[in-house]
This record gives sequence, C-alpha cells and structure tokens, in this order.
Amino acid sequence: MQFTGRKRRLIGNPKTELYGHCLQFYGQPPLENISLTEFETFAVDRLKLLKTVENLGVSQVKGSELYKNKLDKEFSNLHFPYKAEVKEEDKVGPNEYEKRRKDHISHFILRLAYCQTEDLRRWFIQQEVDLFRYRFNYLTQAQKSSFLQHNNLHYETVGLEEKMALSDKLISSSYAVSGCKVENQDYYKVPFQDALDLVRNRKVYLKAGYVYIPHQDIVITVLNDFRTQLSKALALTARSLPTVLSDERLQPLLSHLSHAYVGQDYSIQKNMGKISLEQIDPLSGKSFPLCMRGLHQALRENHHLRHGGRMQYGLFLKGIGLTLEQALQFWRSEFTKSKVDTDKFDKQYAYSIRHNYGKEGKRTDYTPYSCMKVILSNAPSQGDHHGCPFRHSDAELLKQKLQSYKVSPSGIAQILDLVKGMHYQLACQKYFELTHNIEDSGFSLNHPNQYFLESQRVLGGGGKEAKAEPPQRAPDVAAKPPLDPPALAEMTEDLDAYFQDG
Amino acid sequence: MTRTSHLKMTSADYEPATLPDLLPLYYRRLFPFSQYYRWLNYGGVQKNYFQHREFSFTLKDDIYVRYQSFNTQNELEKEMQKMNPYKIDIGAVYSHRPNQHNTVKSGTFQALEKELVFDIDMTDYDDVRSCCSAADICPKCWTLMTIAIRILDRALREDFGFRHLLWVYSGRRGVHCWVCDEAARKLSVAARSAVAEYLSLVKGGDETVRKVVLSDPIHPSIRDALKVVEHYFPQYALQDQAVLGLKESVDKVLALVPEDVKKDLHTYFESEKNPEKRWGRLRAYAKTKQATVKKGQHFEKEIMLQYCYPRLDVNVSKGVNHLLKSPFSVHPKTGRISVPIDLKQLDKFDPFDVPTISLICAELDRPRVGEEEEQVDSKEKDSDIDAAERRRIRDYKRTSLAKYVKILDQFLDGVAQSNKGELLKKSDLQKDF
Repeated sequence: MQFTGRKRRLIGNPKTELYGHCLQFYGQPPLENISLTEFETFAVDRLKLLKTVENLGVSQVKGSELYKNKLDKEFSNLHFPYKAEVKEEDKVGPNEYEKRRKDHISHFILRLAYCQTEDLRRWFIQQEVDLFRYRFNYLTQAQKSSFLQHNNLHYETVGLEEKMALSDKLISSSYAVSGCKVENQDYYKVPFQDALDLVRNRKVYLKAGYVYIPHQDIVITVLNDFRTQLSKALALTARSLPTVLSDERLQPLLSHLSHAYVGQDYSIQKNMGKISLEQIDPLSGKSFPLCMRGLHQALRENHHLRHGGRMQYGLFLKGIGLTLEQALQFWRSEFTKSKVDTDKFDKQYAYSIRHNYGKEGKRTDYTPYSCMKVILSNAPSQGDHHGCPFRHSDAELLKQKLQSYKVSPSGIAQILDLVKGMHYQLACQKYFELTHNIEDSGFSLNHPNQYFLESQRVLGGGGKEAKAEPPQRAPDVAAKPPLDPPALAEMTEDLDAYFQDG
Repeated sequence: MTRTSHLKMTSADYEPATLPDLLPLYYRRLFPFSQYYRWLNYGGVQKNYFQHREFSFTLKDDIYVRYQSFNTQNELEKEMQKMNPYKIDIGAVYSHRPNQHNTVKSGTFQALEKELVFDIDMTDYDDVRSCCSAADICPKCWTLMTIAIRILDRALREDFGFRHLLWVYSGRRGVHCWVCDEAARKLSVAARSAVAEYLSLVKGGDETVRKVVLSDPIHPSIRDALKVVEHYFPQYALQDQAVLGLKESVDKVLALVPEDVKKDLHTYFESEKNPEKRWGRLRAYAKTKQATVKKGQHFEKEIMLQYCYPRLDVNVSKGVNHLLKSPFSVHPKTGRISVPIDLKQLDKFDPFDVPTISLICAELDRPRVGEEEEQVDSKEKDSDIDAAERRRIRDYKRTSLAKYVKILDQFLDGVAQSNKGELLKKSDLQKDF
C-alpha cells in the first residue's frame, strides 16, 4: 500500500474508482471512445431528463412527494443513477456502473450543445443544478460526507463536544435552528473563503476563520460551488466548440439538440384541415384556453376584433389547423356582420390574414404566440380583448368570467391565488384541470396551442403517439425559420418523433 | 513651564511650510527603514515579494507618482531621500516589478496580493457626533476610534482567525488596520468585500434615519460588539456627547424609537433631565417591548450601534490594488507621523500626543542626556548594518518616535514567529516520503 497525500480509493477495480459515487461534479471529461449511436442516445436521454426536471420544477414544489416520485420514475426509465445503494438483485437492464457512465458522458455531450448562447447556458445550468440538488439530497449523511471528501471539499463535520460547547452561538447565528436541532444535525466547518455568501450576510457562525454551517445549509454552499464550476466550464467549452463542430457527424446532432430546447413552435400543422368551421364554437368552450375563448366570444359578440386580438387569435386558429381559405371565410363572415362590407374586408383585413399564412410580403410563416409572448408583450388597452386574462384582467372581472363559465367557487379561489402569486400559466393550467375534471394536467403549460392539443387528447380527440412535449420557456418564437433541411431527417427522426405531437 | 508642556508647544508649532526642510532630515535620520523593509519583505519567504510591491509618492506641489518599486532596502532609502515625498502610499504586490509595468504585455500586469486593510474615518460619524465635524477631532469623539478598534480587532482575530494586525493612527482623523497574515494577503476581491460586509452594520446615507436594523436572532459577533459599546456608552454618549441632553440631540435619538415609545419618552423627559435616568427609561421600554412583541424589537441596541459601531469604507478594503497611506508617513496638514498603536495601551492612546515631524526633528538637536550605551538589539547583526544605519538607529531612539518603532518591532517579531512555524512545518512535510 502506498502512502500518498491524496484521498483516493486504493487498489480497486479501476471501474469502481472512476465512478465511485453515483453523484459527481463532472470535473473530468470522459476519455473513452463511444459509438455515434451511444453519443446520440445518451444525449437525448439526458435532455429528456433535464426537461422533466424543468417541468416538475415549474409545476411542483421541489422536493415534495409528488415531485420525487415523478422524477424517480424518470430516472429509472432513462437509466440514470440516483440512488446510492444499489441492490444487485435489482439489476434489470444496465447496471449501476453503466448508468453512472451514461450520466458522465451525457453531461459532457450536452455541455457542447448548450454552451453557445447565454440563454442556453442559463437553462442548462439551472436544470443541472436542480438535478444535482435532488440527487445530493438522496444521499445519507455519511454518503454526503464521503462525497464531499472525495471531491476535496474541505467540509469537516463538527464533533459533538464542540457543537454542544458552541450550542448557543450556533443557535443565535442561523435562522430557524433550535437547540435540539444543534444536537441532532450535522454541522460542517468550512474555511470562510469557501462560503463567502454566508459570511457576507452574517448568516452563519464564524470562528477562527471557519464557518459553521448547519447541514440544511451545506447544500447551498455545495450548489454554489457546482454552479460556479459549471458556469466556468461552459465558457471554456464555448471556446473549443468550433473545433468540435467541424466534425460533420456531430454538428447536426448538437445543433438539433439545442434547437429542440427552444421547443415546439406549432408551425408544423399536422392537423391542417382537420378542423371545420362549425367545430370552432363548441371547441372554444371545451378546448380553448381562457384567452382564446374570450377572444372568440368577443369576436362573436362584436363581429370585430382589433389588431392585437386578430393576431393572437388568428395565429392560434392557424395553429389548430385552420387553412388559409377557412380563415378567410371565418373572419369575413364575422366582420361583414358588422359595418364592414365584403369589399372593405378584402381590402383591409384579408391581406393581413394572408400575411399571417406567409402568403404575402416577406412570406414568413408566422407562428402562434406562446404564453410568454402573450403575457409579456403588447398589453391590451381599452377595447382590446387580447392578452392573457390571468395577467391582464383585474381579479373581479376574471372571477366573474370564470363564474360564467361555471368554474366552481373553490376552483376560482385557487386560480385567483395563483394569479396573485403571478403564476399565470399555472392558473391557466388549473383552469384546464377544472374544466376537464382532472386532478393533474400532466403537462407544463407554455403555449395556447399546447393547451388545445392537450385538451383534445384528454377528450379523446386524437394523438396516438407519446405525450406532446411541451415547449420550454423560450423567448419570442415568432418568425422562426422552418426546420432543418432533409439531410438531418435521417439522423434526427427519433428526436422529431419524440418532440412533436403525433 | 514643564518640559512636557514645552514639548507640546513645540509640536503645536508645526507649520506645513516647514515640511520641505524637515522631510530630508526625517528620511535621512529618522525613518525606520530597516523595520519597514523587514515588514514588507515578510521574511523573504516569497521570491520578489518586496521587489514587486507598488509604492506611490506624493511630492511637492501635489505631484503624484505611482508604480514605484525597489530592488533593495538601500534603493528604497536612496529614492526616498532623493524625492522627499510628502506622502507615501503602499499598494499591492504585482506580477511584475511595478516600475516596469509599461514593458509588460498588456493584460498580464496584475495585482496579486496585498494586506487586508481597513480605514476608519471620523468624518463618517459626523451625523452622530456633536463635538466636532469634518476634519476636526477631540478627546470626546476619539472614543469612537477606540470602540472601533476594539470591535474590529476582536472580530478579525476571533471570528476570522487573523493574527497579525497592525493598527495605525492615520495622522489626522482616523485609524487604519493592516491585516498581514499570509491568508489575508492572498484574499480575493470577493473575499475582502465579504469580510468588510460582515463587519458592517451601519448602512445608509443622509436620507436614512434608521441606519442599523437588527433582526432575530442576533448574531454572536453583534452581541460581542454590543458588549464593547455598552462599556463605553455611558461616558461617551451620555456624558461626552450628551446625546440625551440638548433638545436637538434628543430628537435625533427619539427618531430611532417606535412611535408609541416616543410619546411616552417625550412626556418623561419633560420632568426628568438626568441623561442616565433618561437612558434607563428608554432601555426599560425596550425590554418591555421585547417581552411582549413577537418579533424582537431591539431599538435600544440599534441606537447604541448607530452611535458607536465602527463605520468602515468597504471600497478601501475591497480592492487588491487599493493604495493606502503608509505607516510612518507624515500627514502634511498636521505634521503628525502615522504611528502604530499599541493595543495593550489603547485606552491611553491620545492622538494629540502623537509626535509631529517638527517635534522629532527638534528632539534630534537636543543635547544627549548622559552617555547612552549603545545597546545592540538581538535583532540587529552588526555585520549587516553600516555606520549610517547605526547612527540612524541611535537617532530615532533619542526621539519620541522610539516607542512607536518598538511597537512595529514587536509586531514584526510576531510575524516572524509565525513564519518560522510555517517553514518548520514545510520542512517536516518534505522529510516525509
């Protein structure tokens, strides 16, 4: 046996040494060769995992039972490691080593895909941090200490004697730590240079240059470390990216991966022509989100909508499958019921409808507005009916509207609560759940057309494939160029099938 | 006239106009170069540490020169004796010799290390002292510096584990602290700013009335600070500053008290004029409030802290490359030497007793009192000191500067001990296989 200064597991299977823990900081990139298939599969699986992390992060309370169950299932399905102890009997499919290897490699592949822009980096770091937190909290106290040691993080646990001696100091330095907690929970001694945020805000006991962090707070420090490291690593990765992208086998996959993040924009209308005009009225009550239902109602009542409303509703209708001819017929029939005659309609309004379908002007096929866009841009003023009712209507009016749509009083209360907390999309999701009579919508709402598709699915209207993949919180998706050239199709067929509705 | 008052009169006779005549004398015969070099060389443990240190000089007519650096103690001496700077600042240890920074490829010349420093300036307390304002100080408000030193010294030592702190009188209206531990010198900007924030409690400018806000739980370091403040508060605040005396001052205090208590106190103050009794009543109200209200109300503590807790300039402490006035530099306006403060005698420190350059130069001309034995300190090896240096050593010892150089010596002894410990540890480790 050798005496070295480093803490390493000596003389073991090199395999176990490399992946000695189910969790890692991803400090070292993988050095082996892998096949293109593995490259692609690993990357896609991890992306699915991260998207689940994101969705659950938005719709559930992190760490709640429901959150845990869902995420655990995803881990199992995708063969990623999360539990530290592995029962050998449980070995169906890849073993623990293979899972950890996949975890390691997939992380580094996604770094390549997500290092390119600030937005991508931010998203990636956020999900990886949440993922790390989740897995870190799964470890036992002993495993946590071992993990920290293994990664050369000088987090020494404070001995019981010292803890008790410092007991009242420890209590009076951290919020929400009581006497019994001091005894029962672990405290870690960290050099103050490694816990600057806690020092700066005087949130922790400091003695002789060491910060005494209660266990509940150690995660914060570890996560900060992780986040900082990852952020730096991504910046470095971005610099070496041109070299990587010059490999033609990788370039298409990597750019498709990051494009997939930006998500579905509903410009591919697989349902084109499947909706008839007569269906719109009943559909508006059943499957339209509140904003579109309101717009439809206003159109029917006033036989008119202003520009903002025409854009928002018109593009939505295109998204659910209305053809250009149908759209022209639809709008003309309504508008001519008011003071607009057919000639005036053809002159003033038809042009812009055709424009929306990419048949005029620069021929951009406009995409329907996402929730983000509806909520954040172009707020409605007097006489407008567009926007997001959860965001733009005042509470009283919203309540009345929901009452008129026969939403239960308790449901209305829940919705109003979410609105107060500024969770507009969650409020709409709640509206979905209440109007469809289901407990859990099963998706994370980001787009009015997504609402429609999900509603149709629940009501048995179509969709035979895997569940529709919700697009992520993407920035403005209007005027997106059409998807990739045919060269990609072969390699990325699987991705497409996953990410789009059947 | 007694000898001391005569001397006091002499120091009060400092005239800025005489500075050009006194400086050459000071730098030739009094400035403690060997201690200075011993300090900044830090035992020679790190190569080129002294050579890469930046100094800046303010010369006559406000000419300011930066990026001065020197290869040896001798070079430093020669240059200072040639330039006779009015002010000397010490900067960081850089990646290259500062005086060659223009020859270095842009971007590679960087400040690497520097002592962690703090600057406490009396003007930052103008809103809470009634005796003086701006650049003036007096024995009544000097207590603020005493309190600041006690609180910060404890926190830096006990909370942060620093051991080598040099406290220096700035020469006019404040004090500086140089934290010289190796760990301190290597701190990043973020770390320095975190330390400074940890030590800051008084926040807000002219528009902020309530500058200290305490919430439960009260951090141990704040409790420790309160102990110090409470010790000095009766004499300093209630007596010397009379914060509960004149109506104007009373109003300022009451502005920091909750509405309902304010009314009661107003009434009480109509009949009770004794400041101790007034303060006693205020504290009593605070205690009652704390017992009854769910969220602790600590207004009496907040008042004490607002009036007494150290106010430091975070920007001075943050920057690795920040230049700070050097110990043993002269203050051109007051003539006083920036001398180290002996913390063992802190309560006796009197800024008005600090020697001025005119005083110590005058003392040089004094006839010797008896034959002085040439005591060779154990630190000085004869072979390393030339005659001029020996003479200089004898010279400052004849002046009031002597005791302050001794403080620096003792400080440096402490640093050397630590270094020795470190070197031993290092060599022990190397012997291991």
